[in-house]
Amino acid sequence: MLELNNVCKVFNAGTVDENRLFDNFSLSVSEGEFISVIGSNGSGKTTLLNIICGTMRPDSGKVLFGSADITYAPEYKRARRIGRVLQDPKMGTCGSLSILENMALAENKNKRYSLGRAVNKQREEYFKSLLESCGMGLENRLGVLAGSLSGGQRQALALIIATMTDIDLLILDEHTAALDPKSSETLMEITQRVVTEKKLTTLMVTHNLRFAVDYGTRLVMMHSGEAVMDISGDKKRELHIEDILGKFNEISIECGN
Amino acid sequence: MNFIVNILIGIVEEGLMYALLAMGMYITYSILDFPDLSVDGTFPLGAVLTGVLILHGVNPWLCLLISFAAGMLAGTLTGLMNVKLKIIPLLCGIIMYTAMLSVNLVIIRTGTNGGAIASFFTKKTVFNSVPASVIPERIGGFYLRTVIISLILVIVCKVLVDLYLKTKNGLLLRATGDNEKYAVMLGKDPGSMKIFGLALGNGFAALAGSVIAQNKGSADQQMGIGMVVLGLASVIIGLSIFKRVKLLKGTTMVILGSLIYKASYQIVLELGLPTEWNNFIKAVIFLIALVIGGDQIHKLVRGLLKRPRKEGENVRAE
Repeated sequence: MLELNNVCKVFNAGTVDENRLFDNFSLSVSEGEFISVIGSNGSGKTTLLNIICGTMRPDSGKVLFGSADITYAPEYKRARRIGRVLQDPKMGTCGSLSILENMALAENKNKRYSLGRAVNKQREEYFKSLLESCGMGLENRLGVLAGSLSGGQRQALALIIATMTDIDLLILDEHTAALDPKSSETLMEITQRVVTEKKLTTLMVTHNLRFAVDYGTRLVMMHSGEAVMDISGDKKRELHIEDILGKFNEISIECGN
Repeated sequence: MNFIVNILIGIVEEGLMYALLAMGMYITYSILDFPDLSVDGTFPLGAVLTGVLILHGVNPWLCLLISFAAGMLAGTLTGLMNVKLKIIPLLCGIIMYTAMLSVNLVIIRTGTNGGAIASFFTKKTVFNSVPASVIPERIGGFYLRTVIISLILVIVCKVLVDLYLKTKNGLLLRATGDNEKYAVMLGKDPGSMKIFGLALGNGFAALAGSVIAQNKGSADQQMGIGMVVLGLASVIIGLSIFKRVKLLKGTTMVILGSLIYKASYQIVLELGLPTEWNNFIKAVIFLIALVIGGDQIHKLVRGLLKRPRKEGENVRAE
């Protein structure tokens, strides 16, 4: 479904800080997979997502999405088939619009943004039912500005918004990293439910080893631009945190964390 | 007594007309987070275009529409510079304003056979033709007509802007100004929304220029001086004074801001300062607005220097 072929990416090329992050990196994602990506700082996790989403372009190599070559497609066009939740809770919603307005805007994704009225009263019940499933009480606060929500609530809203329309791929870029442990836990549960319900192919970058082990059907550990561990199927189901901790510590120490 | 009434009418009249400019700057500065300096060039564009067209017998109401369209065209160019050529808002404004100095001069020279000012005191304007002429001269006459027509124009524009901001497109414009990444994630190019917002903002600036020229009965290049400062000051005064008033819409706040601006300007002049000092007063009021505006100064500076996002280029490795 998604394929990265021989991707190369060099940062600060030609300077003393030159950093050859990806050197012929390849990754293949099949339909329906829920991949957790872990790795040390600077291992290329976020760059990987940025290259897939088009926030960044590879120096060489190809990004294939379905049957299309999207290596040079602009970010906003890729976004039509990709849902994203970013680390910063401020990014996934519009703080100066109400929850209702945010959802109305998101529901219209991939349609024309015409001069018709944005907020349709008849859709409120549907929006409420989506919010209700998060169990955060947001369903009674449709008129509240998204900017006034807590980080956890805002990320849950961002997740609902990202998955509201029909998408082929869900990208979660450390989406629990800015939250407290309790909220992270809740958000992961909501994530799991949404992904299962909608059968979404998902790529989740996380710093939380336990989330990576507990959730997802495949685990990829990145280190200096390479996948040093790639576990899926039965092996992933039986995986315990101890099994990957050794390897993770090893790469973390190597880069000075 | 009559003296005070006249001052008040003056404030309301001009305050309302300049409120059209403030509405445009509300869209660019407040909603789009793009402090647009090109209005110093697009405001007189509307004025000189109107002057020349009225001299050639064009209907004054049609002149309003033509000015709005011309302003939109200029705003589109400002937007294109920012979005396609990745030039920061500060420079886009300076470039556009400088270029418009010539464009406006060419319009006025061509339309007046080489003159530098278009005078049309005897011609029909929106203030002395139908429907304004329905109001009889003897019950307040000229002043009343001006106030009523300005009020109607401002209310119509305000209602239209408010309605627009509630449409799907309007919501997308607000989202783009607040969080460009969000617009991207909705599958939309934030660049095209930015260009459209700047077109709207400059459309209103040119419309204000057209209305004020029609009120004065003349138009020239000089009318643009200080419009950025005046417009931004009105917006900042309005938004910071009324920010705690819950039910007030942003558009209403900036209209009130414009009236307050005009009142303070008028009071200083009435205190006996010679008119040569008018631009000095504008600058000082703007300075005061920035001081009382609190966070607005940060928003303004950040907005002016904001580096446009480049597609596919991101330098930080993580």
